[in-house]
Amino acid sequence: MNFMMIAVAVLGVIGLVAALVLYVCSKKFAVYEDPRISQVAALLPGANCGGCGFAGCSALAEALVKGADAGSLDGISCPVGGQEVMGKVADLLGMAIANGDPMVAVVRCGGTCELRQKVVSYDGLRSCAAMNACGAGETGCGFGCLGCGDCVSACQFDAIHMNPETGLPEVDEDRCTACGACAKACPRHVIELRKKGVKGRRVYVECVNKDKGAVAMKACKAACIGCGKCAKECPFGAITVENNVSYIDYTKCRLCRKCMAVCPTHAIKAVNFPAPKPKAEVQTEATPSAVKPAAQPKASTTTKQEEEQA
Amino acid sequence: MKIRTFSIGGIHPEENKLSNDAATQVAALPVQAIFPLSQHIGAPAKPVVAKGDKVKVGTMIAEAGGFVSAPIYSSVSGTVLKIDTAVDATGYRKPAIIINVDGDEWEKSIDRSNKLETVEEHPELTPEEIVNRIKVAGVTGMGGAGFPTFIKLCPPPTAKAECVIINAVECEPYITADYRLMLEKSDEILVGLELLMKAAKVTRGYIGIETNKPQAIELLADKCAKKFGGSAYEVEVVPLKQRYPQGGEKQLVDAVINRQVPAPPAIPVNVGAIVQNVGTAFAVYEAVMKHKPLFERYTTVTGKKLRQPGNYLVRMGTPMKDLIAVCGGMPEEDSKVLAGGPMMGKALTSTDVPVCKGTNSVTILSGEDAVRKEPQPCIRCAKCVSACPMGLEPYLLAKLSAVSNWERCESEDIVSCIECGSCQFTCPAHRPLLDNIRLGKQTVMGIIRSRQAKK
Repeated sequence: MNFMMIAVAVLGVIGLVAALVLYVCSKKFAVYEDPRISQVAALLPGANCGGCGFAGCSALAEALVKGADAGSLDGISCPVGGQEVMGKVADLLGMAIANGDPMVAVVRCGGTCELRQKVVSYDGLRSCAAMNACGAGETGCGFGCLGCGDCVSACQFDAIHMNPETGLPEVDEDRCTACGACAKACPRHVIELRKKGVKGRRVYVECVNKDKGAVAMKACKAACIGCGKCAKECPFGAITVENNVSYIDYTKCRLCRKCMAVCPTHAIKAVNFPAPKPKAEVQTEATPSAVKPAAQPKASTTTKQEEEQA
Repeated sequence: MKIRTFSIGGIHPEENKLSNDAATQVAALPVQAIFPLSQHIGAPAKPVVAKGDKVKVGTMIAEAGGFVSAPIYSSVSGTVLKIDTAVDATGYRKPAIIINVDGDEWEKSIDRSNKLETVEEHPELTPEEIVNRIKVAGVTGMGGAGFPTFIKLCPPPTAKAECVIINAVECEPYITADYRLMLEKSDEILVGLELLMKAAKVTRGYIGIETNKPQAIELLADKCAKKFGGSAYEVEVVPLKQRYPQGGEKQLVDAVINRQVPAPPAIPVNVGAIVQNVGTAFAVYEAVMKHKPLFERYTTVTGKKLRQPGNYLVRMGTPMKDLIAVCGGMPEEDSKVLAGGPMMGKALTSTDVPVCKGTNSVTILSGEDAVRKEPQPCIRCAKCVSACPMGLEPYLLAKLSAVSNWERCESEDIVSCIECGSCQFTCPAHRPLLDNIRLGKQTVMGIIRSRQAKK
């Protein structure tokens, strides 16, 4: 009986002392964490992909809360969650967000196996980074896609795949979250994040070759030769030619596609536009040599009208 | 005499010194010479000529683009066609000066006589003057890497040079250019060594030669005894056991003077040694004594399937296809053309690539030799570990690099790798070890650089 009493008393005292110590410590050494950080983190997708430029979702949440305190959320956003998630975050933080356009990864190389012939063979490690480090790759182009699929392994959303026929990667627009992991993995900087565009329509130069025209042409039939015709043709001043390669500024491009018609190597690509009307196709058959210049302007006018209606 | 070698690792690939007995011939002048502006480690040279300018043999066409850089001289006389891009040994198009050749008119300042000049005859040659002439002549390491020679002769204040080691090892299979040079220009090489020793203010010199070149060892030992016997200089010819990569600076220092160079950023001069290639010694002689800038070099053109492997005195800027044509043209089989030897050489994507300051060989591998075997799973035999001359664990580094574990790569000393390829050569499973390690090394070096930049 006596033993039991002593045991209970001793344990009770120890418990009380420990509780007191813990209480004092928790008050004295308390680390204050803004409760909003965990709330924001709960809204984020939790993929920890790093696409936002921060080390995972909780780091982004912290940056967002800090941004909200500083008065602006500009430049901090989750590319994966997109508008929807950012809207919720902004509501929570009592902020308004600028309506960022949804982006998508775009492969800026059109050098298919057919258009860009192999000149040498490479039998080292199948990795773009390794191939890039030891030379121009298997084709004569020192700028284009190497075709080993470093971008495919970098994608956490299964949104980019190699097309065995063309030897080039293709982006699955619906899955692409524009996290930019593929663009970072590409040693040649062939992949770019561009505005997704209305109904997914966008126009871009499908080449990054900085060699002079004749050299680029020799390596690849689809190369931009930097002739500058597109820049002259563009009514919106969206196209610049620098280092022998043309670039379409997506913030200025109005999708008229006049540039496509004049490009001698068909290096400018438009996606998700409706097929040209049958009338244009008849023309195509009649004068094959004038295919693109004749067919394209018609198509562009139709889209313009459609856009105006929309 | 005990035959020395380096202490850890190493391999012995088949030698295939096919052109050992082929006396050096003077290669024909090219029709058009191409001078890439980046022929050395460091900043690219800056062009000082313009389109249409007339140049002579030995005219400076590009000046040093920074401290770690070297000027480039024309090896031909003619007219500058353009300053454009041209494919170089890296496989990429890089800025280059292209000259249309017309005749062979030399700059008057170059002494073209065969008279052997000696240091005693030129009291005006102070150490500073020698270093300056080497710098002006654009001499860079002739063994392949191409580090500007004058920098090696001015060690950082923390280090003190004690000896000059001439690298006449030529451990790389197939290549014989240095061997031929030693047989044909031994007196000039020894004067070059004397100049290097004087410039570095040391009195000890070594010439490391592998025992597969007995004639060169005998000849140089004999001439050394005659030349340096009784003088203030102590020069020794050191016969070395055949083992690759003995020609690596750190391995050579280990083999010759038994000192170990610590991990990067330490360099051989930190343990008192200045290592110079035998070709560099010859270039130094010509630059200092004959006022001849570096614009031609000894190059081996070789390959088992090549009709006539040989050694040539080539003007830089000569496209490799010209040399291959002289040797009987490309073999009919699928071949791999390397700038350099089979171990360290760089596979070329085009034979239009010109011979540069560091091109010691054009090696053509054909048929089976030209393709890699299919990689198999690692069987944990650890042959790569025993072969690594830097004492690293190649299988581990390759694996860590493949899974992008850069922190571990760094802690496992990936930056010490000299990329000699011994691990890959010895791997029975044909794994692409060096490809992975090289990738990891580049990434880790980038991380280290950005970390230092932040500080």
